[in-house]
Amino acid sequence: MGTDRTRVVVTGLGAITPVGADVASTWQALLAGRSGAVALTEDWAAELPARIAAWATVDPATKIDRVQARRLDRCEQFALVAAREAWADAGTPEVDGDRLGVVVSSGIGGVSSTINAYDILKEKGWGRVPPFTVPMLMPNGSAGWIGIELGATAGVHTTVSACASGAEAIGYAIDMIRSGRADVVMAGGTEAAIMQLNIAAFAAMRALSTRNDEPQRASRPFDKGRDGFVLGEGAGMVVLESEEHAARRGARVYAEAAGAGYSADAHHIAQPEPGGIGIRKAIDRALANARVQPEQIVHINAHATSTLAGDAVEAQAVAAALGEYAAGVVMSSTKSMTGHLLGGAGAVESVAAILALRDMVAPPTINLEDPDDDAGLTISAEPHELKARGSGPTAVLNDSFGFGGANVALVFTTA
Amino acid sequence: MAMTDEEILTGLGEIVDEVAGVPADQVTPDKTFVDDLDIDSLSMVEIAVAAQDKFGVEIPDEQLKDLKTVQDVVDYVKRSAVSA
Repeated sequence: MGTDRTRVVVTGLGAITPVGADVASTWQALLAGRSGAVALTEDWAAELPARIAAWATVDPATKIDRVQARRLDRCEQFALVAAREAWADAGTPEVDGDRLGVVVSSGIGGVSSTINAYDILKEKGWGRVPPFTVPMLMPNGSAGWIGIELGATAGVHTTVSACASGAEAIGYAIDMIRSGRADVVMAGGTEAAIMQLNIAAFAAMRALSTRNDEPQRASRPFDKGRDGFVLGEGAGMVVLESEEHAARRGARVYAEAAGAGYSADAHHIAQPEPGGIGIRKAIDRALANARVQPEQIVHINAHATSTLAGDAVEAQAVAAALGEYAAGVVMSSTKSMTGHLLGGAGAVESVAAILALRDMVAPPTINLEDPDDDAGLTISAEPHELKARGSGPTAVLNDSFGFGGANVALVFTTA
Repeated sequence: MAMTDEEILTGLGEIVDEVAGVPADQVTPDKTFVDDLDIDSLSMVEIAVAAQDKFGVEIPDEQLKDLKTVQDVVDYVKRSAVSA
């Protein structure tokens, strides 16, 4: 491991997702193989080719003071609720503001507030546009509000990389602590994009599943019958802390946030590079950054969104990166249950990976009825026991890829 | 029909409660928005917009900046409603 650099640990978790209103209920639902997808029966969805979505189990506005809630976009409400849970879970630590940071990301920010303001502008003129519109629509709004609430003055950041945003936030936070800019960082991602425009836009790219008559069977990563992703919403948060700071206050530690690896495909603005070269690089770099050997990896929470091209490329690339140690690694796509949370995905999936490590059980990949080539990895429709192997701490991977070709891989190990 | 001071005050109290979470019974004529009721400038804009919808009066920015107390707004609404 080495004592030449600060070790970063995870001391708090928060989540609000399509399968649970908090971390405990989300994790329980994932292990039970429950889907959060439903048919979209709203009028605005009637003419859309894809009429499936995974709404959060609870309306975040109901969890926030009324006056505050009306000034927050829904994605900001998700972020605030999850951050509060994570902070409480971490023991509501006393931290000097200058040693406390926030990195909370969203792929698209407060798009529903943008649309709402536009409609008002056209209908009633500028004088009726809500004065809080700009803070509601800006992608860094969530980070800002959380920073205000926590008194974080070390820095408040938003790392936008489409569907990799939430994972990149955690990577940035690890660096923030290692570089000495902070001792504690609230990191995560959020998204609330289930609305007519976004669904139409993704449908126009033919990226969404149109299995409208069976919404709960539509998200089927790694299955031969997959036909696109299901849009989900929600937020995931982790509290990252220097090991020293956590030890000094007797914090409960979930895992070590051992490292992050990045790459970019430089291939296509929305399609994955078919050789998976970028994915492999991100994983290689993450393992190197974490000082972890492939042998230590027992589980990967895959990005796998249930698209034809993407899932296959990822399986091959992960297997190539882990080499002889790929056999025995359980790869799960929790998007089979939560749908794709876009900017929130990398963060919610990090929470799932950390809990898989804690409990030594991988969540299932549901709807796996006719498995596609798994490249030698273990992909299971049921929860799967994880077994430590090799010497050195047990490790799990979480990878996330975003439009624009961004690839992020995170490594968590037992602390 | 002209609104009474009471009616305007009650309506304004509802708006301030809705926008800023200040209980309506604390919205009394003598209170200043900024110092007594702790309402920031963005909230004042929201209150003005809501007042425009509720009372059917326009409150341009140049006028809004001179409305310091609750009574100032009540007087403005009454004046504007009369001349409408």
